Amino acid sequence: MPEVKNRQAVTGAQAIANAMRQINPDVVAAYPITPQTPVVEYFAQYVADGAVDTEMIPVESEHSAMSAVVGAAAAGARAMTATAANGLALMHEIVYIAASSRLPIVMPVANRALSGPINIHCDHSDAMAERDSGWIQLWAENAQEAYDLTLIALRLGEHEDVRLPVMVNFDGFIISHGVEVVDFLDDEVVKKFVGEPKVKYPLLDVDNPVTYGPLDLYDYYFEHKRQQIEAMKHVKRVFKEVAEEFEKISGRKYDVLDKYMVDDAEYIMIALGSTAGTIKYTVDLLREQGHKVGLVKPWIFRPFPKKELQEILNGRKAVVVLDRSASFGAEAPLYEAVKSALFNVENKPLIGSYVYGLGGRDIKVEHIKQAFEDAFVGNLNPDEERYLGLRE
Amino acid sequence: MPAKYYEFRWHARAGQGAKSASQMLAEAALEMGKYVQSFPEYGAERTGAPMKAFNRIADVPILVHSSVENPDVVIIIDDTMLGQPDLVAGVKEDTIFIVNTTKDVEYVRAKLGAKGKVCVVPATAIALEEIKRGIPNTVMLGAIAKVTGVITLESIEERIRKTFGKKFPEEVVEANIRALRRGFEEVKCNG
Repeated sequence: MPEVKNRQAVTGAQAIANAMRQINPDVVAAYPITPQTPVVEYFAQYVADGAVDTEMIPVESEHSAMSAVVGAAAAGARAMTATAANGLALMHEIVYIAASSRLPIVMPVANRALSGPINIHCDHSDAMAERDSGWIQLWAENAQEAYDLTLIALRLGEHEDVRLPVMVNFDGFIISHGVEVVDFLDDEVVKKFVGEPKVKYPLLDVDNPVTYGPLDLYDYYFEHKRQQIEAMKHVKRVFKEVAEEFEKISGRKYDVLDKYMVDDAEYIMIALGSTAGTIKYTVDLLREQGHKVGLVKPWIFRPFPKKELQEILNGRKAVVVLDRSASFGAEAPLYEAVKSALFNVENKPLIGSYVYGLGGRDIKVEHIKQAFEDAFVGNLNPDEERYLGLRE
Repeated sequence: MPAKYYEFRWHARAGQGAKSASQMLAEAALEMGKYVQSFPEYGAERTGAPMKAFNRIADVPILVHSSVENPDVVIIIDDTMLGQPDLVAGVKEDTIFIVNTTKDVEYVRAKLGAKGKVCVVPATAIALEEIKRGIPNTVMLGAIAKVTGVITLESIEERIRKTFGKKFPEEVVEANIRALRRGFEEVKCNG
């Protein structure tokens, strides 16, 4: 096999840190201890080695990390940070402020469980707690996608019709610490792709003074929220445009949804993140046995790809939704959104909800098969939440 | 057709370098144009506690992200762990065991209750002689190359020169390559 240029075996965290090195952001602020990810550890090394021009700000908490990048981005800098789990939870207040200030910050998030009890492993509860914060959420299946989506995120967030912060979600430990094959782009190619930041209304432009974060009561707050709502409506279109451009430099194709073996599929599973890969393998296994199965993996979860899902799910026999987070006392977040999207679909498929993998519990091929098999025999109840790999 | 992955499970005690060895195996396989995964099982990180690491190696991109349940190869870095049920969990009739030990194959086979191929190599002893430190990783990689053929001696040599060459003086690199070759030559199998 010919050697592929820039092909390396790296962790997802290394892959993202390398994307950040190539982006060469003006400012990276991070809280340098747990629950931080190795992303900023590797990136700090690039800063120490002089490989980037970034101003690295070690801060005293995740709340401060997000505050510092908000300040930097408002000043006109290209600003990034990374976090995980309780770190993201501590940022929560400022996460909303970043979105409402329309600051195109890019933040990779290694998705991990929220305490308590204390757990550091893969789980999507951290990102789901921010799903209504006004950030765009991209979700990566593997280290390659984590690298690619970090680059795409930058262009997406900074686009004139968007101007929103972007979270790049990648599964904690499974992707952040697991070593996989990643094909990197040349530094020069990335530099050209990300281009110079398009700065809008910077605080440092003293000739044109602006105010960020003013008091905004019942007179205008609502109108400002409407602007955020409208900005989200442009995200899917811009994502497609940026993805098309990215395909030209990488040969790798991205869209709102990743569709695997869906053309003739009667049964479709929907999941986010690394489990989608294990589902693809299971789809291959079940297809060999003659079952018409497929997978849909949203690359974008916010804004939610409602129209795209309606189109693809209409008329299928059954849809099985897998969630790596629970919503206590309500339906799991991905399931709830898919179920709601199906309300107006002409030929509604049968639908079922499966929660799996909380706190890093391994999700195996046999679990995925089990959920598919429930669908094959019509044993799905739209109002019942079931669990995979859970002891009773 | 689902893809075929060649799967490894490593058993060691935390601090013995199994995670790095698993990563080097992945890098050596990458040198050969393969697709790879290497990942440890993270528990409470206590030196001396039993730990596992995993590899998948394939000719196609690897999709599965669960842990390895039915390994093709089980590598045991610490022979004081022999007898633990975890070592044989999910193994197949033809699973190959490669064990770092000064004991003979039959002793190890009996302790494991293994049916397939069992291989032994005194990796720590060789490492002490060649590298002057009891780090068995490179010796084990030599043994893996010989027994499984998934990686070649040359691909690991290449990897050792690339990774160690940056950090260590030439004599350390050469000592590791001698250790690697001795692992390849001195591993003994039965079954």
